This record gives sequence, structure tokens and C-alpha cells, in this order.
Amino acid sequence: MIDFEPTEEQSLIAETVREFAKSELRTLAREADEAAKTPSEVLLRARELGLVAHGLPEEYGGGGARSAVTGALVAEELAYGDLALALAVLAPSLLAVPVADFGTPAQKAALLPELISSASCPGTLAVVEPRFDSDAYRPRTSARREGSSWVLEGAKCLVPWLEGVRHVLVLARAADELAGFLVPSDAPGLRVTPEAYMGVRALPLAELALDAVRVPADARLGGVDGPDLRALIARGRVGLAALGVGVARAAFELARDYAKERHAFGAPIATKQAIAFKLADMAIEIDGARLLAWEAAWKLDQGDDATREAALAIHQVRRVALEVADGAVQVFGGHGYVREYLPELLLRNARGFACFESLTLV
Amino acid sequence: MISFDPTENSALARAFYRRMALEQMRPISRKYDEEEHALPVEWIEYYWRNARGGAPGSPGGPSDGFVQVCIQAEELCFGDAALYLRMPTAALGGSAVAAAGTPEQRERFLRPFRESSHPIWGAMAITEPNAGSDSAAIQTTARFDPATDEWVLNGTKIFCTAGEGASQTEGGFVVVWATIDKSLGRGGIKSFVVPAKTPGMRLVGLEKKLGIRASDTATLVFEDCRVPSGNLLGRPPKPKSADEKAAEATRSGDKGFKGAMATFDASRPIVAAMAVGVGRAALDFTVEELGRQGVPLRFDAPPRELTAVERDVIDMQAELQAARLLTWRAASMMTRGKPNNLEASMAKAKAGLAVTKITQKAVELLGPPGYSKKLLVEKWMRDAKINDIYEGTQQINQLIVARRILEYSSSQLR
Repeated sequence: MIDFEPTEEQSLIAETVREFAKSELRTLAREADEAAKTPSEVLLRARELGLVAHGLPEEYGGGGARSAVTGALVAEELAYGDLALALAVLAPSLLAVPVADFGTPAQKAALLPELISSASCPGTLAVVEPRFDSDAYRPRTSARREGSSWVLEGAKCLVPWLEGVRHVLVLARAADELAGFLVPSDAPGLRVTPEAYMGVRALPLAELALDAVRVPADARLGGVDGPDLRALIARGRVGLAALGVGVARAAFELARDYAKERHAFGAPIATKQAIAFKLADMAIEIDGARLLAWEAAWKLDQGDDATREAALAIHQVRRVALEVADGAVQVFGGHGYVREYLPELLLRNARGFACFESLTLV
Repeated sequence: MISFDPTENSALARAFYRRMALEQMRPISRKYDEEEHALPVEWIEYYWRNARGGAPGSPGGPSDGFVQVCIQAEELCFGDAALYLRMPTAALGGSAVAAAGTPEQRERFLRPFRESSHPIWGAMAITEPNAGSDSAAIQTTARFDPATDEWVLNGTKIFCTAGEGASQTEGGFVVVWATIDKSLGRGGIKSFVVPAKTPGMRLVGLEKKLGIRASDTATLVFEDCRVPSGNLLGRPPKPKSADEKAAEATRSGDKGFKGAMATFDASRPIVAAMAVGVGRAALDFTVEELGRQGVPLRFDAPPRELTAVERDVIDMQAELQAARLLTWRAASMMTRGKPNNLEASMAKAKAGLAVTKITQKAVELLGPPGYSKKLLVEKWMRDAKINDIYEGTQQINQLIVARRILEYSSSQLR
């Protein structure tokens, strides 16, 4: 039956996360952005909430309640607080989800317990490449077989690199397949350089140079002839789409509230159609984008190929998040341009969706 | 639980109406677009005989409720939006009776649509030459005549969809909005059921339009047109004296303007679904045609590697799906009995604009053949535009959405 109502449990989870996002992420957002640093207490608090562990397999200490729809609801709420901190909070999913979905029993046993229980973030994922035509499905980074090893060559960027990273899953092209390789953070030939971007400044990001990085045969995710990882990209897009909806909703609500408070010509500016209609369009676009994200997430939960739905969702969100954030800056006028208020931060963050890929996974 | 899986009944309905769209409607689409005011007899008869009772399905089985109604509207308008509007149904008149009428009125006015031996139509007449979106400003009057226990209507209504069928074919009716007291403003506005062929109701013209040409868009004039007191939609008056009668009649319309407005919460998702149907017709055709010509459509290519055409098509598909899902959400809330005024307007605003742009883009992407009358794409573009106008223009729906999200009354946000 076609239905748009989250379950009671999902509503409860979303409500809890919303509270957390409002009281902690939003409160810390500006300071974290200025300092370009994720406050460690946020990560600890998120760990206590069990946001990532909730969906991971029970046998390794997770909650066993995997659902991309729930993941999308959680991601939206977190990003409603702050995108950079949301990405930091969700970062353990970057290695945990691929290992849970595609890992060999040995890889699961070696990595999942720590990913689930650790207070830091022991693993991450490298998908994006520093090129205008960075292609998640067909990376330029290559993996070639040499005896009993794989040799990786290439470059990655936008890799979340929180404290404690010991493994990075590098997506590369092996023969003509999309494959993942578990690379220790101290592997010879791997150079990790911190990066700074226009937005999501509080999230530690790194550029990776892989210069003949050699890993053993069993470092390929899923085993020697590991599975095609294309399905992973859709999980990233759905997660990002939900995050983008959260950013847009934050921008919309700020603009709406400001428009009701700010007076011009003797009345709140929200009473002018030029402003009111802009806000109406924002609300409509946000709801439409959210439903696209939900549909793609639902498709993933059915075990179906969600490539198309995820592509439509992220396509829509790239536009909507940017337009709504820009609209918020515009509604705030000069105040939207100064760093005393949040719209400028939201605009910088929203632009990122144009190049983000797999910065979180549902 | 969030789900996008239609029930078995919806799936059956979709297949049933899609087949009808492709086999019955498409072959005569062009003909009735060109013969603007000709009666599409074969379609009307076909519908009355084969589809009036609804789609096959398991009664009592799980249902998507109003979402299924939206699926039906989408499929039929995927066939032809104008022929959909020409179908012999109670249409908006029926929605008004259902939303504002008493159980007795519903039975009296809607039963013929199940039992009549010949095709009949319902319609709703709101718009006037000087009152469109501002429906509270209508000038048509209704005066109560205690001597005969009748309401006497005077005024002119334009843009009345299905107005020819509803006013001229015995058994049908037109729901007419009129004011019983101009000094009461919108509080004085009530709706009245005027049966077809009632003396004093005259069909004076049919519009020649950009699109939906097979749909009869009528101008109706009311000159001392008398209807029984029981045709005022709402609770029946229980009067004693003439004065009390008039006073009671006034109060009986407490569902009047609001009731009529509530009709829109029910009808806007359907109109949005109709829009999606037209948009889909153009978009699906465009994708197939481009595919035949070897133009790829990739969902797994990086955005900066997509061709301009691919990007347009992905954009159109995302926009259409967003419109469809907003529509289903508004309909699903209705099924659950939740207020959906905001969501209905969101869906209508999104769908109307999205399909206007999608169909215009389809004509562009297909080049000269898209512009040519050899294909139906140009017709779909003309048909699509009305969705951004009728049943509340884009701007009226934006206004409703804005009032809701800002929690402003209609006097705070004009």
C-alpha cells in the first residue's frame, strides 16, 4: 500500500535525533565552522545514541535494524542541525556499511566489532577523485593484480578523515569492475593530506595520493573476486539526498522565521507576496525532494536496484538545497551575508552536494 | 509505514485505465483536438458502457484509497486529458455535492450517475467574467422566494468545464456558486444544484482554447433560474415562517464557502494527478523517441559528463516524480482523513508548473517533429498548460501554501 507515514519507531527515532540536532549540532555549528574542527564531545554523544550501530548486524554488536528509510530520516534530522557535524557523526557508516553488505566473514569479524564499539572512527571510505569528471561508478584510481597482491594507483579527495582512522576503503577500478580495497592508513605509498573546502569546514577531510600502494589479495572487499560495488553508490546518493533535504529545511525554517520577525514598510516582510511566495516554493521543493529520497531509500530496502531513483533524488537535491539556501540568504538580505547568521554557512554547505559522492551511506 | 508499493487493486486499475488510454483515447486524440466542439460520441459511449463502474479489482481488498483515484486520473490523462474531462461523470459537481451536500442530497444527485440509461454529466460553475481566483467576489445572486420555497439565481458563469453536457443532458446538474447576501462577503456564498434543462439556465457559448479542446468549457447565463430550496447544498432548512425560513436557510449554508473550498482539497490532488498524466505522456514519448535515435540516458554518469539532453531528461523525470509523489501524499492524507489543505495545494502548484515545463521541453528536445502536428507532443504541451491555471492558479496555490507555512490568515497575507 502506498503510504507516507513513518512507523511509530521511526517517528520516535527521528524525534530523538531532531532534539539532538537542535540542541547540540545547531548550537555548535557556527563555532565548529569557524574553528574548522568537529568538537569531540559531539561524536561521543552521537555514539551514545547509537545512530550508526543501530543498523549494523547484531552478531557484531549492532542493533540489527537496518533500514535505508530510517537512515534517510536520521540523516535529514542531523543535517537539519548541521551538515558538517552530521557527516562527522555518521562517518563510521562509511566503512561499516560496505563491510556489513559486502565483506567476507573474516573482514566482518576483523572490522565490524571495532567500528561498532569504538569511541573514535576507525574506518573511512574514499570515492571522489579530484577531477571535474570524478565518476563514482568508474574511478580512475586503478587496482592491478601483481602476484598475491593488489597494487593501487590514483588520487582521491573529499575523504572524511576523523581521528583514529586505521583503514580506508578505496574504490578503484579492477579489470573493468568497481571494486573496494581495504588500505591501512599507514600503508607505504599512501599519502594523506588534509583538505579545506568552502563548506562543511568542521568535517576533517583528506586528499589521498596512492602511489603503488600494495595490499594483500584478501584486502579486496568481499574476497579475491569481490562483488561489484555499484549498489554502494546508490546508498551514498540516498544518504546525501536526505542530508541535502535537512540542509534545505534548516535554511527554509530560518528564512520563514526571520521573514515573520523582520519588518519593512510597517509590516513583516513575510506579508509581501514576493517573500511569501518564495517561501512557499521552498517548502514545496523541499517536500518533493524528500519524497524522492524516501522512494529511493524504500527501493534499497526492497533489495532492488535503486540506481535510477537514487540518481533522480540526488539530482533534485543538488538543485533544491542550493536554491533554498540561496533563498534564505536572500530573505535575510545583508544579514544573510554576514557570519553572525547561519544562511551564509548553509549556502556554502549546500553547494557541496554538486561534488559530494558517498560521504555517508544508508 | 512508508511504502511506494501500490496495492493489487491499484495495479489492476492502472493496467485497466492504461489500456483504455492507449486503445480508446489515443487513436481519437488528434481528431477531437481538431474538431473542437464535436461530441466524441464513441468515447462517451465506450466509457459509459465499460468504465462507469470502475476498474476490475477485489472489492474489500486492500486499497490505496484516494491514491488509486489519482492513479486512475493519471492513466486516463496519459491517454488524453481533454477526453478525460469529457467523460460522462459527476466530475467536480460530484465532488462539491460529496463535500458539502447532505446524505439525502448525495443520494438524490449522484444516483443517476449509476443508474441513468444514457450518459450524463456534472459540473461546477464558480468563475465569472469578473471573479476568477478571487472566488469570494462572485456576483451571481440567489434570492429566496418563500412563496414557492425556491431559490432564484441570476448571473453569468464562465469557464465551466463540462458545462455543455451538464446543463443540456437530462439527469445531470451544475453546481452554481452564488451569494445570498453580498453584505456577508464570503459568508454569503452558497452552492446550489441546478439540474440540467432547468428553465432560466442557458448555455450561451463554448470557449475556443489553446488546448484540452475536446473538453466543453461553457458560458452559462442564469436568468431567474429557479431551484427548490432543497438544492442548496448543506443541511436542509427546517423553517416555520417565511422569515425564519430565510434566516434558517442562511445558516444552513454554514458549510457554504468553506464547504465549497473543501471541495478543492479533494479535487486538487486529482487535478495534479491529471497533470502528471499529461506530463508523463510527453516525457515517456520523448525518452523512447530519443532512445530510438540512439541518444543515451545514463543514471550512473557523473553530472559533468552528461549531455545537455540527458541532463534535461533526468531533470524532467525528477520533476515529474516529485510532482507525482506530492500528489499521492496529499491523496493518502485524504484517505486517512487528515486535513490536507496545505499538501493538496503543494501538489497542485508543483504538478501544474512541472508538467507545463516538461511538455514545453519535450517539444524542444524533439526538434521540428516535436513541433509538428504529426505527433501528439505539441498537443500535450497545449493541454498541459491548463493545469497551471484551473482549479486554482499556480499563484493561488502558492498563496495558500504561504498562508499555511507562515500561519497567516487570508487578511494577514493577501
